[in-house]
Formats: sequence, structure tokens, C-alpha cells
Amino acid sequence: MRVTMRGRPLVALTATTIAVLGMAACGGNDDDSGGSSSNEPITLTVDIFGDQGFGYESLYEEYKKTHPNITIQERGKGLGLGDYNTRLTQQITAGGAGAGDIVALEEGTITQFYAQADKFVDLAKYGANDLKNNFLPWKWEQGAPPALKGKVLGLGTDVGGMALCYRRDLFQQAGLPTDREAVGQLWPTWEKFIETGKTFASKVKDKKFVDSATNFYNVVLMQYAGAGTGYTYYDKDNNLVLDSNPDVKKAFDLTTQMIAAGLSNNLASFSDEWNAGFKNGTFATIACPAWMTGVIKGQAGDAAAGKWDIAKAPGEGGNWGGSFLAVPTSSKHPKEAAELVKFLTSPQGQIAAFKALGNLPSSPQALQDPAVSGATNDYFNNAPVGQIFAAGATSLKPVYLGPKNQAVRSEVENALRSVEQGNADPAKAWADAVAKGTAAGK
Amino acid sequence: MSLDLSTAPSRGPRTHHRAAPPRATSRWRRQLTRFDIKASPYLYVLPFFLLFAVFGLYPMVYTAWIALTDRSPLNMTINFIGADNFVELWHDHQFWTAVQNTLGIFVLSTVPQLLLALLLANALNRKMRGLGFFRMAIAIPIITSTAVVGLVFGFVFARDFGLVNWLLEQVGINKIDWRANRLPAWGAISAMVDWRWTGYNALIYLAAMQSIPRDMYEAAAIDGASRRRQFWTITIPLLRPTIIFTVIISTIGGLQLFAEPLMFDNSPRALSGGTQQQFQTVTMYLVQTMNERLRYGYAGAIALALFVLIVIISLINYALIRRISSDK
Repeated sequence: MRVTMRGRPLVALTATTIAVLGMAACGGNDDDSGGSSSNEPITLTVDIFGDQGFGYESLYEEYKKTHPNITIQERGKGLGLGDYNTRLTQQITAGGAGAGDIVALEEGTITQFYAQADKFVDLAKYGANDLKNNFLPWKWEQGAPPALKGKVLGLGTDVGGMALCYRRDLFQQAGLPTDREAVGQLWPTWEKFIETGKTFASKVKDKKFVDSATNFYNVVLMQYAGAGTGYTYYDKDNNLVLDSNPDVKKAFDLTTQMIAAGLSNNLASFSDEWNAGFKNGTFATIACPAWMTGVIKGQAGDAAAGKWDIAKAPGEGGNWGGSFLAVPTSSKHPKEAAELVKFLTSPQGQIAAFKALGNLPSSPQALQDPAVSGATNDYFNNAPVGQIFAAGATSLKPVYLGPKNQAVRSEVENALRSVEQGNADPAKAWADAVAKGTAAGK
Repeated sequence: MSLDLSTAPSRGPRTHHRAAPPRATSRWRRQLTRFDIKASPYLYVLPFFLLFAVFGLYPMVYTAWIALTDRSPLNMTINFIGADNFVELWHDHQFWTAVQNTLGIFVLSTVPQLLLALLLANALNRKMRGLGFFRMAIAIPIITSTAVVGLVFGFVFARDFGLVNWLLEQVGINKIDWRANRLPAWGAISAMVDWRWTGYNALIYLAAMQSIPRDMYEAAAIDGASRRRQFWTITIPLLRPTIIFTVIISTIGGLQLFAEPLMFDNSPRALSGGTQQQFQTVTMYLVQTMNERLRYGYAGAIALALFVLIVIISLINYALIRRISSDK
């Protein structure tokens, strides 16, 4: 068969086919359905993360009672923050395709979305500004930073607070006090904490004092930065100051001292081995923001109930973690989604989440509510969690986190882990952290 | 489809002259036939090329374009920066470490894998009890999902409560922190890759072996050749083309190794491939650059560099094929 090709009809045909396919693919996405009547049945998708989720189950039930036309679908429980944030970044960068009507943004990653604030609904349009007093001032500012000129990107859910969780049985074994007041008095400073660890290590040979260098480091860094410069790897103008911020170096050095004292269990935090460490009780203490109590309970399980307790953290309080809820502009029901955000982040909503998982409210009203301030946690030997965590939260100074905070943090954590593994001395590890952290923050 | 190509147009004018009322239908039909002949072959292949254009060509062209920009979700605008990304990549220590890791794991996994597959295929090429069962059994790993393999091997090679370390301690050897050092990490990942792909290659070898005529072995046996001798002087030479095929397939898969090393470290920093990049492959570095460091442009440059790397290795393989075939 001999076929000579004359291109034109073919090209025209191809062009038409592509155009038709193209239109079919784009159709239906652009219509604005904001004008739906309020009783039309709709589904709102809520994207969250973390092994334990956000503890919103009872709140959804309650909301459905007053809004019978709204079905709430939650996604992401069991998903780690890293994977969650990667997916969310892609969705938001692609104009919101596939993202939920409500998305959770973590403290360390919300900073990255400031640059994409135009892809999120301004919650101020739905009356968020009236709720300003429902949030701790610094929490409000993280969700509505001055750089966004009045735009409210997200409303706060929880804050981390800071304490130290410890195993009573292991402390007893080491001849240390087990009462939480007395334990707190063992370590007015982090240096004293390391001293206590050395005592522990001399008595108990087969367990370690601290779970991992990285958790220890993050808590110490957030505390030092809160008391010092007020920022970590980036200054408030988003310049990378990893190698010049004294708070970072101080926290790094303290962590390498802790490792050198042989106190770390060398577990990569949030890994399967770390989880196994909880189950097998291989370490005696862990730096404990409020959300960590939910992690401990989930990982250590019923077998360890009553063995854990919570004491005051060394130093002067601090905060690590906490999240926000935001509504991407891709949501077909921005008004309803914003209403649900307001409900979930209301003082009552935060109290319910606190009861479910121990996530510390970011609302002063909720923090003062007897349900929080008087709360005890029976898993932690009836520790007065409300009192312990809420104490520092109201007086905290905010710590500014830069746009690629997570990526830089990963490299500093890697460097610390290499010291744990015995692959680098502290000086080399610091050089690595600066080199790779700088590459990551570029 | 009509194949009456050359006559149709030339007959046209004549019929026009003779038949006074022009038969419009037949003329239309002829044109349709002409169109059918010229265009329909392209129409038949069009669906593939449309899909290819959307899912193959567009991403490739876009990758090449994006590699010349500083695109990032953090940047409001996209700036054309020329070859800056490639210059940076050339001096990027982390990239070259990832290349080393990729090649290292590739060699460490492929060589034993193919040798083992060959021996396995040879064993299964004999008459024995339960042959069907064994042949099925070696195929099982292929249908297991990579993520599951990674997860299970992650536990097997865990530092504190892992199976391998437990066995080592039973025989009095100190436990190994598999993720902390390069060679143990490469070894553990290679074990994962081999577990999954050895059976696959063995099946291919087995199929090739069965096409070798029996009488060659019988003749060799009569001449007094041992089984081992038969294997080396009959089986291996006749398997050459198949061996080359499996080497190439393993090369392509090996240079794009991603899921196994990623699953090997299940901490939030898994993309770093170890604390000091002990087992970060090129694809892991690519994804890290894109998803964690949010530099889409630079990630595009890494993707193109990986493409060039695969082309180079493939050319080496091609040279190998030519040499072996000219040996014959």
C-alpha cells in the first residue's frame, strides 16, 4: 500500500478532536456555585493529618444535628504530616484540584502557604475578624500575618505547649523520684535535665533516658527561640539565618551534649522503630507538647496505661506545633466551609478536641474553661494536663517559622541523627547541617 | 479499505466526459474512498498519539521547559534563568552522591540477582516432583506490591527488634544499624530488590531454556559432558540474547530505583535516604527537591540529568550487545 500524506485535513481533524477533548476536560469546573440555597444537601470534605487525626468525630455529629443538609467527610487520618503536606502543596499549586473544602495547615508548614494566600478564601469575608479574641494573639497572627494585609488565611485549632512525659516505673527503677512535682524540680534547666539523665543511665543499663535527639532538639530550639530571637532558620524577612542564629546553634550544641552523655535511644522520631520503642518501653522520657500525649497513648497502648506521667519541662515553657484550618478557593461551598471552620475552631470545638485527644486549645476562653484547666488525664496517672500545659500557653512569645522551615529542619535533624549513629562528630555534623540546610532552604 | 489507489483519480475526468448527467454520488464516494485511504490510517493510530501527547510528550516538553526556570509554588512569577539549574547541578555534591548510591545499589542488586535467577531457572528446568508448584512459587513475589515488600523488609532489617539482627545476636554477632552505614543499607535494599525480581528473571530464563533442543544435551551427555559442563557450554551461550535483555531491563529499573529505598526508612525524613545520604537514589533526590524543597525548576533539571544517565548506560549496553553478537 502506498499512501502519500497530505497533511492539511488531518491537521484540521486532529485540532478539532483535541479542542473537543479539551473542552470536555475543562467543562464544569469553572461554574460558580456559590449561590446554592442554604438547605440544598451538600458534602464538605475536611482534610486533616496525623495518626490520631484531630479528634473532631463528636463535633461532626453535633454539627449535623443543627445542619441536617450537610454531610461531612473527613480524610487523612493516619497520614503523616510530610505526606499530607506534599499532597496539599501539589493540590494548591494546581489551583486547588482535589483539595478538601477545609484543609488543615500545620504551624511549620502554613508559612509556605503565605506565598499562595490567593489560593485560599479570606475568612475575614465570613466574619472571622469578630472572632479575633477567641484566639491567643500570637496564634491569630500566625493565621493572619501582617504581610497578608488583613487577610485571614486560617483559624487556629490547637497549640503545642510544652512539658515532659516520663515513665514512672523506669524512674523508680533508677531510684529517681516519681512524683510529678518532685520530678519537675529535678530539672530547672536543660543542663540539669542532662545531669538527671546521667544518674538514670548509671542505674538502668538496658533503657535509655530520651527517645530521640530530634524531638529533644525541636523542643529545646522552640523554647530558646521563643525566649531569644523569636525566629529559627529564617529571620522575619525570610532570610536564611541557619548558620548565624545563636538560638539554633545553642539548641544544636545542647542536643549533641545530650547524645554524648549516652542518653538517646537513637530512634528516628515518627518512624516504626520509634513506635516500637513506645510499645517496648525502651526510653524513660520524651519531650511532650500537648499533642504528644495523644501520640503516646496511641502508640504505647493500654498496656502502658498509668506508667506514664507528665512533669514540667526544663526551662521556661515554649511551644512546638499546633495547626490551623483554612478553606481553599477551589471549594464549591466556601461559605458553608467557612462556617464549619468557625465551628470547629470555636472555644467549644477546641474543648471537644482536647477531650478527645488532649490537643491543647489555642483559645484563651477554652484554656480557662474548667473542662480544660481542671482536666486530668487518667492514662497519665491522672496528671492535671490542663494545668500543666495551659500554664505557659497564654504567656508565650511567638516563634516565626520561615517558608521552607520543614525542609531545613529535616537537614538539621539528619545531621543530629548522624551524631547519634556515630557517623559524625558534633563539629562535622554542624558543618553538614549548615551546608545541606542552606541547600534545602535555597 | 479500498486499495484501488492509482486508478481512481485518473479515471475521474474520463467518466466526467462520457456520462452526461454527472453521477454525483459515485464521485462523492470516490472522494470518500480517497480520504479513507489517505487519512484513516492516521485516524486509527490517533488515539494512542493523543494519549501519548497528553501523558507522555507534554510532561517531557514541560520538564525541559521547567528546568530552565525557577518555578516554585513559593514564587509568584516564573522566571527564565537559562542553564543556571544545570550549572548548579554539575557542582551539586548531593546529586553526585545520589548517582553513586544509585549505581552502587544497581550493581549490588543486579549481579547476584541475575546469577541467582540463572541457577534457579536451571534447577527448575529439570524433571522433578512438584515442578508446577515451584515454578508458580518463584513468580509470587512479582505480584506483591512494592510498598508491602518495603514495609516487611523494613521490619526485617529493623535495628532494635528486627529479624535479621535477632538472628545475628543468636550467633553472637553484634547487631547492625542497617540504615546508618552505606554498605549495610545498600545490602538490605538489594536484598529487597532481589527478593522481588529474581523470580521474574528466572521465569524469563526458564522460558528461553525450554526452547533449547533436548538433543543437544543428549549428544553432549553421550560425549561424556557433565551437567555442569553442559550448563556452561550449551545453556549459557544459547541464553545470551535473553541475558542481554534481562540486563537492560534491570538497568532501566535499577537506575530509577525509588520505592524500595524510600520504604526502607519510614521516618518523616525518608526522602533524605539516611542521615548522610547513605541510600538516597537519584529519583529520591528528585522528589525531595520537588516536594520538600519546593524547587520545581531544579527538580526538572535533575530529571533531565537522570534521563541522560540512562541514555549513557543504555549506550554502554548497546555496545555490549554488538560485541557479543560479533563474537559468534
